[in-house]
Amino acid sequence: MIATEAESLIAGQIAAAREPLLVRGAGTKSGMLRPVQAAGTIGTAGLSGITLYAPKELIISALAGTPLHEIETALAEHGQHLIAEPPDLSALLGGPRDTQTLGGVVATNLSGPRRVAWGAMRDHVMGIRAVTGRAEVIHSGGRVLKNVTGLDLCKLFTGSHGTLGIITEITLKVLPASEATGTIVIPGLDADAAVAAMSAALGSPYGVSGAVWLPAEAAARLPEPFDRSVTLIRIEDFAASVSYRTEKLRVELGHAGAAILDDAASRTLWRAVRDAIPLPVTDGDGIWRVSVRPSCGPGVLRAVVGPAGYLDWGGGLVWLAGPATETTHRAVEAAARLAGGTWTLMRAPDSLRNAVDVVPPEPAVLAAITRRVKEAMDPRGILNPGRIYAGL
Amino acid sequence: MIRLPDPKPDVLARRDAVIAGLRAVLPDEEAVIADPISLKPYETDGLSAYRQMPLAVALPETTEQVAAIMRFCHENGVRVVPRGAGTSLSGGALPMEDAVVVGLMRMNQILDINYPDRCATVQAGVTNIGITNAVSDEGFFYAPDPSSQIACMIGGNVAMNSGGAHCLKYGVTTNNLLGLTIVTVDGEILHIGGEHLDAAGYDWLGLLTGSEGQLAVVTEITVRILRSPEGARAMLAGFASNEIAGECVDAIISSGIIPVALEFMDRPAIHACEAFAHAGYPLDVEAMLIIEVEGSVAEQDDLLARLTEICNRHNPMNLKVSQSAEESAAIWKGRKGAFGAIGRISPDYLCMDGVIPTSKLPDVLRRIQEMSDSNQLKVANIFHAGDGNLHPLIMFDANDPDSFHRAETFGADILKLCVEVGGCLTGEHGVGVEKRDLMPFQFAEHELEQQRRIKSAFDPDWLLNPSKVFPLRPSPLPQAA
Repeated sequence: MIATEAESLIAGQIAAAREPLLVRGAGTKSGMLRPVQAAGTIGTAGLSGITLYAPKELIISALAGTPLHEIETALAEHGQHLIAEPPDLSALLGGPRDTQTLGGVVATNLSGPRRVAWGAMRDHVMGIRAVTGRAEVIHSGGRVLKNVTGLDLCKLFTGSHGTLGIITEITLKVLPASEATGTIVIPGLDADAAVAAMSAALGSPYGVSGAVWLPAEAAARLPEPFDRSVTLIRIEDFAASVSYRTEKLRVELGHAGAAILDDAASRTLWRAVRDAIPLPVTDGDGIWRVSVRPSCGPGVLRAVVGPAGYLDWGGGLVWLAGPATETTHRAVEAAARLAGGTWTLMRAPDSLRNAVDVVPPEPAVLAAITRRVKEAMDPRGILNPGRIYAGL
Repeated sequence: MIRLPDPKPDVLARRDAVIAGLRAVLPDEEAVIADPISLKPYETDGLSAYRQMPLAVALPETTEQVAAIMRFCHENGVRVVPRGAGTSLSGGALPMEDAVVVGLMRMNQILDINYPDRCATVQAGVTNIGITNAVSDEGFFYAPDPSSQIACMIGGNVAMNSGGAHCLKYGVTTNNLLGLTIVTVDGEILHIGGEHLDAAGYDWLGLLTGSEGQLAVVTEITVRILRSPEGARAMLAGFASNEIAGECVDAIISSGIIPVALEFMDRPAIHACEAFAHAGYPLDVEAMLIIEVEGSVAEQDDLLARLTEICNRHNPMNLKVSQSAEESAAIWKGRKGAFGAIGRISPDYLCMDGVIPTSKLPDVLRRIQEMSDSNQLKVANIFHAGDGNLHPLIMFDANDPDSFHRAETFGADILKLCVEVGGCLTGEHGVGVEKRDLMPFQFAEHELEQQRRIKSAFDPDWLLNPSKVFPLRPSPLPQAA
């Protein structure tokens, strides 16, 4: 493991640090979870560029600070794409579009609608290089598609929000982008009927790669708005297969009034869904993502009175926006707990972010393990302290 | 021969007390095994060259019993080796003289099947195929399909992050899990994840999967179940050289088709499998691909036509597109019987499990052949071509110590070659004891040290499945940092 110049620089900064450091890529997700009280900032700005792209091996490697859109563009030139379809949440979290970095989406493990069928960002991180809080450069995984050699630290780093190390380089599995996209649109269902339809679709043999329910006020925010609730079911494949499968599934689902959207309309629509554009949010609102088993999604929406929201991942991902108060947050927590699921506070004023559990607290035994793992990677607690859990 | 740490003399001296303690925890008389004859089946696993009798075997039926065993062993400083079906090819379940084997095969209950949410919760001792069998009437399946799927258990699959022939499309074990129930080394029960996707906080589910019993004992697993496609069909194509077959694989991947399986066999593998299974494989070719696609009959026809056209651009010596489920089964029959086929022509074989960038295949196969010549041992190669996972089967005679030694050296040299060309030591079998001492070829010492610290965070006294994965230190135990 030979450190690059940029990695050595980061290692030097960490080794020299006497106070906590804020870990930052492009800063597009700094509004998520808890605010970090730090004396300085350490970033991936000096780490940009694709380091390896082997389309025939379905592998791309890039430095962590590489803008994600640069990677998406390079992949598109070879007819490939990022499998987890990571969202650009700039409309919700602020910051200009197309500035988020690869490191940012990996450190937050954010995935789009395709996650329900094809896996999350974490599922496609094949290799990682990072500088730990011990100022050591380490790697895990590699540049091949299958690897069980040693503990899977790629998983540990993905979604760790910069609290264990500075990710410097990431290798992802990629896949051919589908030739065509089609969408079945079922208007007018309530949340329960929609989840039933989405479960039937996702449990069908037709390879559904997206299933979302938008209540009327969310559907009205789409680029091509609808005037009532819509259930949207996506199929991506070769063009002939998309025609065959969307039609077959439309008939099998048996909802009068269901229509099929063509390729161009589908792509625009799902891009908006990916980026959470439908979420009815106003300035100052808090935003939550709740993950539950799909059949519990409607219950979560109903239980949290006040906030508006919608359902992705066939009902399993509940997006919520509402008053950024402790009362709302407690309601979100209670609903997620009741459904046996998990929540993430995506956006709120610092006062709320500091006051509540932005993700579910762990039971004491697991929390002790968490503390020991954090100490194993970052013994001095230099990196993003308090980002996920207060006091860690 | 592999080096194991010295047994703890105090534990050996307290053998009777340890057994009595286990019996107090597991009242069923047959749930604790301590007599040498009954212990014998547990002395080895799928890597049968290594054998070591354990101190005792405990066979719990519930998570609570596992917790009680772990609490007892922890309080008494006793090492624990978790074991599923004992099919590990890397010696992951090899016992130690002073260790209690916790065998999970009695935990074979399917606890819940939830079709609307597309998941199932099962105990660790349910076989891999047992999950699919439980949901197949409704048209569902559990995707990862290791060759040993009839015997191997889901708990072992989680421990090793097992793959299979269909993971190019469906992913490996870690991509198909939602939740785990684990028991920590000191007997605490924890629930990780659940029936939902992407639990917030650190990804313990991902870290535990493939951790080879180093961090905790997995007792219950919630897996994703998928609806089966409308149908599937295979084709085979034979080529004049490994290079041409490799180029054909590149062309298939570049075409935008994601075959559900893309298997490569070299000449010795083709011949061995054909002699064993009479699958109708071409014997005059140097390399053969088995390609499988999914969908409706019309979709299969379309994809197979596209693939035929791609193969035809690479001058196939032989091309056979299956016209029916029966013909597809015949094409798979030889490949699926590969281990049996090699077993028939050689008294013993080592199944290696390296991964390489697929572009390096022809070069790697050439160098493996050179090693085969210089070691005077035959080798057959089976390759998951879509994802670069190479399985050289090295044939040797275990009754001849020199032959075994050469086979081990040959195998290690192949894995070093895999790392050298940009790949890794193991794609789906795990490190176990087999590849433990090769870890420094893939990781620097400070990287191994970092992994050891993660283990220590879960298992401070290194009681869980010791002597696996991490190279032993020159100094005696304890290993903890």
